[in-house]
Amino acid sequence: MLGDSAANELRMKATNLMEKFHYFEDVVSLELDTDKCIGCGLCTIVCPHGVFSITEKHKARMVARNQCMECGACMRNCPVEAITVEAGEGCVRGVINELLGIEGPCC
Amino acid sequence: MSAPSADKAMAFLPMAKKVPTEAGEFQLPSIDQPFVQGTVATSVGPVPQVRTELTRQDVHGHYLVRWNIGRDHFTVEPGLYAVGRPDAYSSVLVGANYKMSFDLLRQALTCRDCWLLILDTKGINVWCAAGKGTFGTEEMIDRIKASRLDAVVNHHQLIVPQLGAPGLAAHEVKKYSGFRITYGPISLKDLPEFLDNGLQATPVMRKKTFPLRERIVLVPVEFMQGLKQGIPLMLFFFLMAGLAGKGSFTEAALVHGLPPALAVLIGIISGTVLTPLFLPRLPGRAFSFKGAIAGFSLFVLLFTAAGPLTHGYSYLEQVSWLLLTLAVSSWLGMAFTGASTFTSLNGVKKEMLRAMPLQFCSLVAGIICWGIALRMS
Repeated sequence: MLGDSAANELRMKATNLMEKFHYFEDVVSLELDTDKCIGCGLCTIVCPHGVFSITEKHKARMVARNQCMECGACMRNCPVEAITVEAGEGCVRGVINELLGIEGPCC
Repeated sequence: MSAPSADKAMAFLPMAKKVPTEAGEFQLPSIDQPFVQGTVATSVGPVPQVRTELTRQDVHGHYLVRWNIGRDHFTVEPGLYAVGRPDAYSSVLVGANYKMSFDLLRQALTCRDCWLLILDTKGINVWCAAGKGTFGTEEMIDRIKASRLDAVVNHHQLIVPQLGAPGLAAHEVKKYSGFRITYGPISLKDLPEFLDNGLQATPVMRKKTFPLRERIVLVPVEFMQGLKQGIPLMLFFFLMAGLAGKGSFTEAALVHGLPPALAVLIGIISGTVLTPLFLPRLPGRAFSFKGAIAGFSLFVLLFTAAGPLTHGYSYLEQVSWLLLTLAVSSWLGMAFTGASTFTSLNGVKKEMLRAMPLQFCSLVAGIICWGIALRMS
């Protein structure tokens, strides 16, 4: 296991790295219903962009909403349906195929 | 907990489609696959045992698909495989049947004993398949049942790549199959450490980054796809210039057809090579803007370098080349959103609504300017 300081340093590095990869602000459809949340923390595990964290009151909180890529992992895995997001692939080819009604490959 | 009937799954799963009649029927993958080196006897039959070292053929296949060759049929048979000599207590790792993913997974498990449950994702990698739902809850439940996994192992734990989560509902898999999902790290390079640490992932292992080495491997596929779109346009310019220009067909095609074709090529290189490579360095957040900036820069660089070669062309014709480069580089730069790891569906829709009219106008204006210049020459 990594020591705390080493792990923190790595975390900082990863965060700095991702800050260079920012898409638009305030476009994502991610919503969290804190009343429904049971604080299981699965959303913090499945999210690939660290959007969620668990507060001291054992509730999920969106700490980096603009980093959300609408993959839908949090919504699918939330056992109490506290998260909603218009999930899909952020892919031009995918959007065009959908518009044209083609079952084409995206990636 | 026993596996539910197909009908029951259909009634409860919101995303459930019609369950194919063969779903859940007992099936083990064929041993007649090049990476199978033997079998491991189990209560349900001989399970194919896979090699963990990659052969030259494996690596050659990876190279080809990186160049977009045979990428649609690069698959392995789905089902249960063994790595090393696993027993009823060994871990079960879940993967996709894209051969690249499968190969890198078995390679990462060198010197370990475990089971691999390979889902039928139609030859698509875990993350993309999860986005489409083929790496999903239903397939997982079916595959567990078809592989008689509950008879092979005496625990109920599956290790699933974190990037498979968009297609899975862990609680539903548990409810219908009895198997509990533990999400592993994003990257295979972290898998050994994750397994050695008692299935604990550090926060860093859970974050998807997009470093240069990951962007570089995407370049060939992007470039080939860009060429596929750009070549008809390039041929159009040669043909039109040859037919409508002064002098012989060949001469006119070269004098007036070659420059716009090169402009398109500059656009392709800017959008599919420079944009991925310099992604974090290019200004702006919109990929279409990044692509256009890359296109503009390369165009100016090469136009300046070409020097006297560009003399003798009207300003109108020169402007037409720039417009073509900008249209193509911006469009292909935007297409890279599909391969990037952080763009959202709604973000891409917003970008497309804004950028596509401009890209279209730039392309049409480029063709019109070029046509007028051709008539006037």
